[in-house]
Amino acid sequence: MTEEKKSKKVVPTKYPMPHQDAAVRARNFEEVALGLDEETAVLEAQRCLQCKKEPCRKGCPVEVLIPDFIKLVAERDFAGAIKKLKEKNALPAVCGRVCPQENQCESYCTVGKKNEPVAIGRLERFCADWERTQGIEVPEIAPSTGKKVAIIGSGPGGLTCAADLAKLGHKVTIFEALHVAGGVLMYGIPQFRLPKEIVQAEIETLRKMGVEIEVNAVVGKFATIDELMKEEGFDAVYIGTGAGLPYFMEIPGENACGVYSANEFLTRTNLMKGYKFPEYDTPIKVGSKVAVLGGGNVAMDAARTALRLGASESWIVYRRSKEELPARHEEAEHAEEEGVKFAFLTSPVRVISNDEGWVTGMECVKYELGEPDASGRRRPIAIKGSEFIMDVDTVVVAIGQGPNPLVPKTTEGLETNKRGNIVADPATGATSKPGVYAGGDVVTGAATVILAMGAGRVAAKSMHEYLSK
Amino acid sequence: MYKILSKITLVPTLHEFVIEAPRVAKRCKAGQFIILRIHEEGERIPLTIADFDREKGTITIVFQEVGKSTKQLATLNAGDSMLDFVGPLGEASHIDNYGTVVCVAGGVGIAPVFPIARALKEAGNEVIGIMGCRCKDLIFWEDRMKDACTELRVTTDDGSYVCKGFVTDKLLDLINERGKENIAEVIAIGPVPMMRAVANLTREYGIKTIVSLNSTMVDGTGMCGCCRVTVGGEVKFACVDGPEFDAHAVDFEEMMRRGRIYKEEEQKSLEKYTNKSCTCSCGCGGAK
Ligand SMILES: Cc1cc2nc3c(=O)[nH]c(=O)nc-3n(C[C@H](O)[C@H](O)[C@H](O)COP(=O)(O)OP(=O)(O)OC[C@H]3O[C@@H](n4cnc5c(N)ncnc54)[C@H](O)[C@@H]3O)c2cc1C
Ligand SMILES: Cc1cc2nc3c(=O)[nH]c(=O)nc-3n(C[C@H](O)[C@H](O)[C@H](O)COP(=O)(O)OP(=O)(O)OC[C@H]3O[C@@H](n4cnc5c(N)ncnc54)[C@H](O)[C@@H]3O)c2cc1C
Ligand code: SF4
Ligand code: SF4
Ligand code: FES
Ligand SMILES: [Mg+2]
Repeated sequence: MTEEKKSKKVVPTKYPMPHQDAAVRARNFEEVALGLDEETAVLEAQRCLQCKKEPCRKGCPVEVLIPDFIKLVAERDFAGAIKKLKEKNALPAVCGRVCPQENQCESYCTVGKKNEPVAIGRLERFCADWERTQGIEVPEIAPSTGKKVAIIGSGPGGLTCAADLAKLGHKVTIFEALHVAGGVLMYGIPQFRLPKEIVQAEIETLRKMGVEIEVNAVVGKFATIDELMKEEGFDAVYIGTGAGLPYFMEIPGENACGVYSANEFLTRTNLMKGYKFPEYDTPIKVGSKVAVLGGGNVAMDAARTALRLGASESWIVYRRSKEELPARHEEAEHAEEEGVKFAFLTSPVRVISNDEGWVTGMECVKYELGEPDASGRRRPIAIKGSEFIMDVDTVVVAIGQGPNPLVPKTTEGLETNKRGNIVADPATGATSKPGVYAGGDVVTGAATVILAMGAGRVAAKSMHEYLSK
Repeated sequence: MYKILSKITLVPTLHEFVIEAPRVAKRCKAGQFIILRIHEEGERIPLTIADFDREKGTITIVFQEVGKSTKQLATLNAGDSMLDFVGPLGEASHIDNYGTVVCVAGGVGIAPVFPIARALKEAGNEVIGIMGCRCKDLIFWEDRMKDACTELRVTTDDGSYVCKGFVTDKLLDLINERGKENIAEVIAIGPVPMMRAVANLTREYGIKTIVSLNSTMVDGTGMCGCCRVTVGGEVKFACVDGPEFDAHAVDFEEMMRRGRIYKEEEQKSLEKYTNKSCTCSCGCGGAK
């Protein structure tokens, strides 16, 4: 009741986040959102009502001590604030940037009932960025337990699990298939949304905590999980291999030159720094008119990347309407501001190419929305005779990813479901194989950074119990 | 870092490296490949495992200078190291006792064929090797191939060594000599036009044929789909489903088209490298 009363006096809107100008940023790879300065952060923190019941924490998969850290920001104790944050979240600089806060912590905020919620994500980012300028503090490590743990995959889930287990005194080795650690944070989410230097700074802290990171290590190829446990003496294993297998539309012409999976498009650009070609050796080619198929975060990232690589037109082609876009609201809005165009209720039926095999167009069909389906969203229905040709020379397929089958295929006794996801107990992360735990996208299917982190944390806790037995 | 223990220049633009990579050497099998990256700005370069020594923990690769990255790789020497080296990638060759198998190798394809031929012979097969190059100067690993095969036939396109003709001519001779029913399988590795020619020939005779596809790759772990090829009307990722496929089902035309996607950029990259007119601010003086 008192909270309700107070909320009337509160500053009704979030203090604005400074951004690079849309027209400028649409052509560079620098970060879009620039971050709050100290003064603004303190003012924003003062919008928080310090609710006794902490409703916001319910919306956070890792239960960040939200009111506590915000209070410290309001008191200008930034060092204290970041310490508080890190009690629950190993990657605040990342989450502050990419969490879908509007559906999570901020959606439960009391202030948000009548006004705009407290900008929890922005404050989180502020604290983490502040800490980076001071030098990141390495957490305390418990005395060695003598137990060895292998983490497969260095995405946010694997990193969180590694950090938690290292703190408890276990010897942790991360095996990563690619040449850098970070998973989607490095190869998928673009530089302009999540600078790679920030991800690497967080990973550096992990190294300082004694976590060993072996890159160029594809588990299932150089060794199986059974071999790691039997021959290399790992007492427990966490599988966090993500959902990296790109789906295609399976329409005619999809192997034409100029059709990419979003993974390839983004990997060439981010991981391989194709946007700096020829200074970097990996090429990336974008035509002048790009169609991105899909409506999620991945699609927004690809469409915005296409503009930055020099495309004159970049289209999101999505089967449903604007209301159903699965992307974060902020991302779709940023994309639109930058000039990305939207073809809603539209779906491709074939890719058209010339004699040399290059894309010259895409035949599409128009849809209308029918009755809601099982997911509660209205089902799109193709309109007969509505076929038309979209004039494009590049197509990026961003309709989703599944789990890579490599680890399940090479691990005896590891149960998977019919979609190929590893089956793990949500309460413990335990799989059907003793000593082997799993979490993140490989279990849930493509989800979010913070959910993967939450799963890594849950698994770490039960792995610790298993190892202490 | 992965150290180069020895370097042999087999023919002027073709080099053999022995590289220290114990993790890869421990479990690799014939038919698999690695991906390496020379330095921080480098691209990921897939190369077939041409030989391995499990005890010493080493991998042998043989590569041809074709563009910027392979030319730069060729400037490295014994004692130098490369930043990344990952493997073994891809599915291994299916090795079994089939009876008589023919291993056809064209040009740089001799290197990847070698461990397969050896494994097939060890498994009890009669292995007939056919290796061909454009001219005498490009022939390499003849001795190794002799050891790996029960019988080796060599040919050059211009007749400058042993005899004149393409590997398909030699293969046709062999089919006529032995009879198609006495050849259990053909394995062909080399330039795409050569693999396609072999596939066309053996299709006529109904002889099972395997080719190893070197489509353009990025990650090599099934994550990007760049390497996709059409085999028997189905889309396959060469890096994880292959690289070996049924030659009679492969859409070679599509593969060749996709292999040319970055022609312009590759040209630009090579020109920049050979002109050493690097304009980047990293102070490399054009070395990158
Ligand atoms: C383009 C894009 C944009 C996104 N944007 C957002 C966003 O804004 N907000 C958000 O919350 N979420 C976003 N997501 C989703 C989020 O990134 C993922 O849900 C999250 O990264 C999953 O984490 P993970 O730990 O399960 O694994 P991943 O991050 O997928 O990492 C898995 C790692 O395992 C490695 N690996 C796989 N197989 C093996 C093997 N056999 N051996 C060794 N290593 C292996 C992979 O190389 C990879 O590095 C986005 C995803 C993409 C692709
Ligand atoms: C599974 C596999 C095994 C291979 N084994 C060998 C080998 O044992 N010895 C050998 O000499 N070569 C091998 N190759 C080919 C080798 O990877 C390319 O020649 C090399 O990447 C070219 O790089 P570049 O920068 O020098 O040339 P570029 O000028 O960049 O390219 C020249 C041509 O090489 C091909 N190519 C370019 N980049 C790639 C890439 N990332 N992946 C695949 N092909 C590419 C393209 O067709 C291109 O037109 C293999 C390729 C694959 C996929
Ligand atoms: S981690 Fe994400 S959900 Fe949790 S408080 Fe931070 S921004 Fe909100
Ligand atoms: S962030 Fe919102 S819900 Fe949480 S304590 Fe502050 S005002 Fe209350
Ligand atoms: S190279 Fe990326 S999927 Fe094969
Ligand atoms: Mg190249």
